[in-house]
Amino acid sequence: MSAEIHRPSDLQLGRIAYRRGQAIRSVLLAALSTAVLGTLLGVLITGAPGWARVKQSFFDWPIAREYLPEILEGLWLNIRLFVVCAVCALALGLVAAVLRTLRGPVFFPVRALATVYTYTFRGLPLIITIYLFAFGVPGLRLQGTPNVVVLGGAAITITYGSYIAEVLRAGIESVHPSQTAAARSLGLSYRQSMRHVVLPQAVRRAAPALLNDVVSMQKDVGLISLAGPIDAIRAAQIASAETANFTPYVVAGVLFVLFALPLIGVTDVVTLRAARRQNAGN
Amino acid sequence: MLLTCADVRKTFGSAVVLDGLDLSVDEHEVVALIGASGSGKSTLLRCINLLTEVDDGTITLDGEDITNPKINPDVVRRKIGLVFQSYNLFPHMTVLDNITLAPVKVHGKPPAAARELAMEWLNRVGLADKSGSYPDGLSGGQQQRVAIVRALVNSPRLLLLDEVTSALDPELVGEVLTMIRDLKGDGMTMILATHEMGFARQVADRVAFLDNGRVLEQGPPAQVLGDPVEARTRQFLARIIEAGRL
Repeated sequence: MSAEIHRPSDLQLGRIAYRRGQAIRSVLLAALSTAVLGTLLGVLITGAPGWARVKQSFFDWPIAREYLPEILEGLWLNIRLFVVCAVCALALGLVAAVLRTLRGPVFFPVRALATVYTYTFRGLPLIITIYLFAFGVPGLRLQGTPNVVVLGGAAITITYGSYIAEVLRAGIESVHPSQTAAARSLGLSYRQSMRHVVLPQAVRRAAPALLNDVVSMQKDVGLISLAGPIDAIRAAQIASAETANFTPYVVAGVLFVLFALPLIGVTDVVTLRAARRQNAGN
Repeated sequence: MLLTCADVRKTFGSAVVLDGLDLSVDEHEVVALIGASGSGKSTLLRCINLLTEVDDGTITLDGEDITNPKINPDVVRRKIGLVFQSYNLFPHMTVLDNITLAPVKVHGKPPAAARELAMEWLNRVGLADKSGSYPDGLSGGQQQRVAIVRALVNSPRLLLLDEVTSALDPELVGEVLTMIRDLKGDGMTMILATHEMGFARQVADRVAFLDNGRVLEQGPPAQVLGDPVEARTRQFLARIIEAGRL
């Protein structure tokens, strides 16, 4: 390659200038159309006849400020619950997915069990699972029954584990059989091929779908409020009842969205990267 | 004999792919399998490596019947290297990790020793600077050479090469063939399924022509490729010449 710097021809310089002009025009147009639509929406919403009442009922600043600490404290429970549930659900999903791919007659019962598990808990509404775990299990009055947070968390984990298992199983099956053939031909056992060759590729391919499930789980940990503990949603509910105002719910909602944003961003990046890799061929 | 296939039969549904095939391979011998697509070359190699189960007959390696269902296929495969037409490198691992995976996990070699051995081989085939690259950063010829090294570091008794140049651009075929020629110099026992007749003539001690799931004719390359006895072999070679591949 020549180290000399290539000087664009006049023709190319003309093209560059033209494209730059077009780019500036595009930015200006986008700014203008955004400003017009924004103003229009602003005028329409704040000018609507019921706006004053909406503002009072949903966006009451003093109430928001007053109850923010309690709702934040509740959110801390959601965050801790989410982290624990996410880790457990990923582990559970991984085990169920691998069990479903086992071949051979010896494994029939575990395979069947894993299949029944994924079918049942993907179909069963999460609310029913939480009620059964958090209210049903303590009702048995067994010794050593854990508290409702643990029971509710278990319900969330088991439900999400079944989704994650299916996402991972699809990932495992998407790895071409020639990869397993190559691993086995080197003398790796079934388990070693799975562990070193198939699963790492399956997880990479399933990453966008997995992260989507995790994002969805992030807000569903709020359903723990159904079981009684004071999380962000329950705190908002109490505040709302005390003030006869819906602002606390909006505050809790905003907090949940902020809490989810980083992971949503990561999901988008991972998805984009996966798509780019796929388009790059191979 | 290092390897003996006796009366091997394999069917897929109603298609009979191997139909009572007999083939023996001596130690340090290089045997080229030729024949039309679908004549059973790849299936035979997969049967020898136990990736596919035979329907009848026996395959003996080092005096041991490896088609005996009581045998552990993982142990047999440690003695046999297989290189695929489409390389089948592990895309999530670097070149070095691809090569050291089996020595470390299967043969229990210490990782440092495995890396050293891998680098020795990579140096030898001129790919040492690619040790940290991922397979998708390599050309087809480079990937295939890595795949061959990946099989070789396990010191196999027998190396099976399944049309290893068929997926390569013509200008990349040479580098892979040179490597195989060097291996013959080392005394490696090889069975190679190939469409490269010119190469088979140069490197093989024996050429076996597969037709309808049997070895129809076999012998020294000059005889089988230059003066075949069987009409079917002549037909096959005539088609190859027509296609400009000889």
